[in-house]
Amino acid sequence: MTTSAPNPDRLSPALRTEALEQLLTERGLVDPAVMDKFISTYENDVGPLNGATVVAKAWTDPEYRQRLLDEGTAAIKELGFSGPQGEHIVVLENTAAVHNVVVCTLCSCYPWPVLGLPPSWYKDPAYRSRMVREPRTVLAEMGLELGDDVDVAVWDSSSEVRYLVLPERPAGTEDSSESDLAALVTRDAMVGVAKVGS
Amino acid sequence: MTLLLDVEGPAAPPRDNGELVFAEPWESRVFGLAVTLHDRGAFSWDEFRDHLVARIAEWEQAHPPGECFSYYRCWLAALESVVVADGTVGVTEVADRATALAARPAGHDHAGHDHDHSH
Repeated sequence: MTTSAPNPDRLSPALRTEALEQLLTERGLVDPAVMDKFISTYENDVGPLNGATVVAKAWTDPEYRQRLLDEGTAAIKELGFSGPQGEHIVVLENTAAVHNVVVCTLCSCYPWPVLGLPPSWYKDPAYRSRMVREPRTVLAEMGLELGDDVDVAVWDSSSEVRYLVLPERPAGTEDSSESDLAALVTRDAMVGVAKVGS
Repeated sequence: MTLLLDVEGPAAPPRDNGELVFAEPWESRVFGLAVTLHDRGAFSWDEFRDHLVARIAEWEQAHPPGECFSYYRCWLAALESVVVADGTVGVTEVADRATALAARPAGHDHAGHDHDHSH
């Protein structure tokens, strides 16, 4: 089959999308109401706050942390987060010695139930190719300088597995509540391109 | 988007760090189409992903000079190739319909649609 790659043709992607939606709706394959609900869910409801909730729970509950590291998908589901792109989530724990960072070299695989849809930089060809070749350089460009004593582990999501980074709990947060901790956790820290600040 | 949302307070949508999930309305539509079709079992996600990987690779190997990468253009091309490959939609059907839509007079009111667009 010779389906064309996207190219700047006179038919804009907006027009092609509208055409496709009409054809699929006419055939009874897409219910616009169902589709609108999916869109709304991923625009408004599912996002990094879910992952932050998971991380904060892991920081404050050692047994939960262990379950999360052993069986990511199941432990995440305990908190009510599951769905497409969340069937096989592996949680990677950052430590003083190892920093984990996630990429999808071939497309944009990403753990939707805990992080929502990926940001544009995650889908960018430069990030996808360079993070594997020169992770320290890319991380530094994104504002994260890692010492030579820290190993960088790059995880490619191009398989069934989706990864969530469990960042290090920042110093000085011993007295913080779970919800205060969750507020500190950023999307970038859970992809592994940043640390969590206190 | 014209939705009025609390973008900074505690009720802010947890979508990401200030970046809109979709840059243009058609991106949300084409995302929704793929998710909806997958949800009703029209294809496996692996199958869709294979097409998406192929369309991204094609763009990376050969694209017009100066053209910026558009993830959702690749997503659209992937979805088109999936539904053409399984016979749901004819090879030229999307282009034919899009051409017809392009011929609408300016200011059209989405005749034929009975659902709300988000634009």
